[in-house]
Amino acid sequence: MKIKLNVWRQSGPKDSGGLKSYDIEVTEHMSFLEMFDVLNEQLLKNPSKHPEGPVAFDHDCREGICGMCSMVIDGVPHGPNKATTTCQLHMRSYKDGDEITVEPFRAKAFPVLRDLIVDRDSFDRIQQAGGYISVRTGAAPDANAIAIGKADADDAFDYAACIGCGACVAACPNASAMLFVGAKVSHLAKVPQGQVERTQRVLRMVDTMDGEGFGGCTNHGECEASCPKAISLDAIAMLNSELARAAISSAK
Amino acid sequence: MKLDSKVPSGPIEKRWEKHKFDMKLVNPANKRKFKILVVGSGLAGGSAASTLAELGYDVHCFCVQDSPRRAHSIAAQGGINAAKNYQNDGDSVYRLFYDTVKGGDFRSRESNVYRLAQVSVNIIDQCVAQGVPFAREYGGLLANRSFGGAQVSRTFYARGQTGQQLLLGAYSGLNRMIDEGKVKMHTRTEMLDIVLVDGHARGIITRDLVSGEIKRWAADAVVLASGGYGNVFYLSTNAKNSNVTAAFRAYKRGAGFANPCFTQIHPTCIPVSGGFQSKLTLMSESLRNDGRVWVPRDKARVTDPPKSIPEEERNYYLEERYPSFGNLVPRDVASRAAKKVCDDGFGVAQHEVDGKRNAVYLDFSAAIKRDGRDAIADKYGNLFEMYERITGESPYETPMRIYPAVHYTMGGLWVDYNLMSNLPGLHVLGEANFSDHGANRLGASALMQGLADGYFVIPYTIGNYLATEHAGPVTESHPAFEAAESEVRTKTQKLLALSGTTPVDQFHRELGKIMWDYCGMARTAEGLNKALELIPALRERFWKEATVPGNADELNPWLEYAGRVADFMEYAEMMVRDALERDESCGGHFREEHQSEEGEAVRRDDTFAHASVWEYQGEGEKPKLHKEPMKFEYVKLTTRSYK
Repeated sequence: MKIKLNVWRQSGPKDSGGLKSYDIEVTEHMSFLEMFDVLNEQLLKNPSKHPEGPVAFDHDCREGICGMCSMVIDGVPHGPNKATTTCQLHMRSYKDGDEITVEPFRAKAFPVLRDLIVDRDSFDRIQQAGGYISVRTGAAPDANAIAIGKADADDAFDYAACIGCGACVAACPNASAMLFVGAKVSHLAKVPQGQVERTQRVLRMVDTMDGEGFGGCTNHGECEASCPKAISLDAIAMLNSELARAAISSAK
Repeated sequence: MKLDSKVPSGPIEKRWEKHKFDMKLVNPANKRKFKILVVGSGLAGGSAASTLAELGYDVHCFCVQDSPRRAHSIAAQGGINAAKNYQNDGDSVYRLFYDTVKGGDFRSRESNVYRLAQVSVNIIDQCVAQGVPFAREYGGLLANRSFGGAQVSRTFYARGQTGQQLLLGAYSGLNRMIDEGKVKMHTRTEMLDIVLVDGHARGIITRDLVSGEIKRWAADAVVLASGGYGNVFYLSTNAKNSNVTAAFRAYKRGAGFANPCFTQIHPTCIPVSGGFQSKLTLMSESLRNDGRVWVPRDKARVTDPPKSIPEEERNYYLEERYPSFGNLVPRDVASRAAKKVCDDGFGVAQHEVDGKRNAVYLDFSAAIKRDGRDAIADKYGNLFEMYERITGESPYETPMRIYPAVHYTMGGLWVDYNLMSNLPGLHVLGEANFSDHGANRLGASALMQGLADGYFVIPYTIGNYLATEHAGPVTESHPAFEAAESEVRTKTQKLLALSGTTPVDQFHRELGKIMWDYCGMARTAEGLNKALELIPALRERFWKEATVPGNADELNPWLEYAGRVADFMEYAEMMVRDALERDESCGGHFREEHQSEEGEAVRRDDTFAHASVWEYQGEGEKPKLHKEPMKFEYVKLTTRSYK
C-alpha cells in the first residue's frame, strides 16, 4: 500500500526544523519503524535528490519494553493503538492512501537533538532524586522474610511497569511528568521495603520534576490514554496523596 | 597467551569461600583513589557500577542508549533461577550447579558454575530488598515456576517482564550512587577502543554520540559488560543497538575470545514475515510450561485451520520423543526438533519463505480448559498481547506459531575465575564473557549470571587485582592514549569516506543470511568453508560500495552503525573458523557430521572438552588458537538425555 509521510526534519538543536513529505510503499506486515527503515534506504540511495539525508530516530529493542522509541504520530505519542509503543505499531493499522504526520516528542524538558530524537535526561535526574530504596549489596534479609500480599504486589507491579518513554509528557498539554513520577512513587509506596524513605522520596522527586521545567497536572487524562503500558491515572492521585502526606509529616 | 584459570583448590563447595579469604583487600580509605570504568549498564554493568561505588571506588559508567535503564537486559521475559528451594521440591545449590553444567553440554568451567549457583540465593534477597515486584502467592510469599532443562521449580519471575523489573532494580541502585556523586554516568557514549599501558588495561577511548567528541579516559581498571554478539546474524531477538564492538576491540588489543561459535537459538520466537523484517521477537520459554508444541501428522493439512485438526492427527513431537521433560526440554533440543519437523515439510507458517513454512504450533487450549482463561491471562497476559500486536492473532483463540531465532551468545571474552581476561585489569562480566553457560544456556540463567557477576563476584575480585597486580598511576597524556585516539579518528574518517550507493543495512542483512545459512542451527564443514569464502568477499564489497552520510562531529546514527557492522564482518569470520575447528556437536553447536541415529548431538570429549580461545594476529591474519581444558571432577561427562 502507498503512504504519504510528513516527517519532522531538524538537523540539530539550533535548527528551527520543519515538515517534509515523502511517498512510500509499504506492506501491512511491516512495523511502523520498519517503514522508516525503508524510507531511510530510499533517502540514502539518492543523496542528490534528498540532500537532507536519512531520518534520525531513537529505537532499540523494537519489542515495546526498552522505552527508547518515541515519535508523535498524527498528534498522538506512539500512534493510534492503545497500550502500544511505536515499535509495536504495525502498518495493518493503516490503509492504502493514508497520510501520516510524524513529529518528535515536544516538551521544554525534552529538547530536540535531531529530527525525531529528543533528550530525556531530565527523566533520569528525577529518578536519581530518591527514586530508589537504599539497600547496600549484600545487606538484604532473606527474600521470604517479608510477606507481601498478592494484591499489593500486583499493584506495585502495575506501577513498576513504566518504561520511561516520556509519552505521558508529550501527550499532556502542560507537558507534565506527573504520571511518570507518580508511577515510581506509587510502586515504592506500595511495598513494605519502600516505607522508610517514603516521605523524603516524594518530596525530592517532585521538587526535581518542577525544577526540570515540567508542567503541573490539570486532569486532562491524555497521559493515561497515550501510555504504552496503560499506567492508570491513579498514579497521579496517589502522587498527590503521597505529597500531602509527606508535607504534613515533614511539617511536624 | 597464557590461560591460567586461577581456580582455587579444595572441595568445590568451599572454593569461593576460601578464595574470598585468600584475596587481598583494598583499604577503605584507598578505594576512592582507584578509578574504575564500567562499559555497559545492563544487569551486569549496572549492578557492578553501583556495588563498586558502594564500596568506595570512583566509578564511571558508559552506555550507548539515552539512559542506563534501556540496556537490553530489560527485554528478558521469563525469569531468574535461584537455588532457594522455597518449593520444597528437592532443589539445592548442587542441583542448580549440576543442571547448569549438564545443560551447557559439559563445556563450561565447573568452579565458576558452582559459585554462580551459590550466589544465586543472595541475588533474590537483594532484588526483593530493592523493591522488585516478583510474583507472589496469596500468602504473600514468593512464587516460582519451572523452566527448560530442570525438573524443579526454581525460577522467580515478574509476569513476563522479569528482565525489566530486575534491570530497574539495578538502575535504582545505580541512581542512588549517581545521586551520592559516586558514579558518574555517561549516556549516549560508545567505547571505541581500549588502552593498554605496559600490558595492563588502563583506559578507554569513547565517542560522544551527540557531539561526536572523541575522549580519553585513564583509569585503574576496566570492566566490560557490553553484552553478546547475536546481531552478527542481523535477525535476532537482540535490540538493534546491541553489538560486538567493545568486546571485539578488546580482542584486537590482545584479549582472548573464547568459543565464539556457541550461539543459542531460542525455540519460541515469532516467525519471519517478510524481507523487510528488522528483528525477531521472543516469546518467553515460560510459555512451554502450559503450551503444547505440535504440528499436523499429515503434510497436506499444514495450511488448514489448527482447530479443524483432531487430536489424533496432531504430532506432539516433543512429548512423544522426550517423555520425561516433554515440552520443557532445553532450548537447543527444542530448536533442533522444530527445525527438523519444518525441514520435513510439516511447518505451519502462514507464508512460505524459500519454499518452507517455518513455524510450529504452541497451543494453550488444553491449559485454558484446565485452569481457566483468567489463570492463563494472569501468567502470560502481556505475552499474549505482545503476540497479538505483532501477528494480529489471539493466542486465547488460536495456537501461537513459533520458530527458533538467534537469542543469546554463550561465547565471549575469555576470563579466569576472577572474571579477568588475559589482559590484566580488563574484567568482563555477563553475556560478554564465556565462562558459565558452556555450549548451551538454560532458561532464566542469563539474568542470574549478569547479577551474580556484578553484585557478588567483581566487587571482591577487582580489589585483589588492585591490591596485588596494579602498577601506579597513568594519565590521559600517556603516548598509548595518544596512539589509540588517533587510530579511532582514522577509523571514523575511513567510514565517513565510504561514498558508494548501498546502505550499510544491506550488507548487514547479507552477512546475517550467510551466518544463518552456514553457521546457524545446523553446520557442516562444507557450509562453513563456503562462509569463509563469502564473508571476506562481502567485506571487500562493503569497503567499496557502502555509503555513510553525515559528519563526525554531530549526532550520526549511520556512522555508529557502520562501525558496528564493520566489526561484525570481521568477527563473523572468527566465529565461522571456530565452528569449523570444533569438529563435534555440543549444545547449540550442531555439526551435522556428528549426530546419533536419532539426530541428537554427539560430543567428542576426547578431543574437544576445552574452551577454544582465539588470539588476534593482525589484520587479515588467521587468529591463533589456544585451548583451556575443561575438567569435570563433580558432574560426570555423560551423554545428555532428556528422554
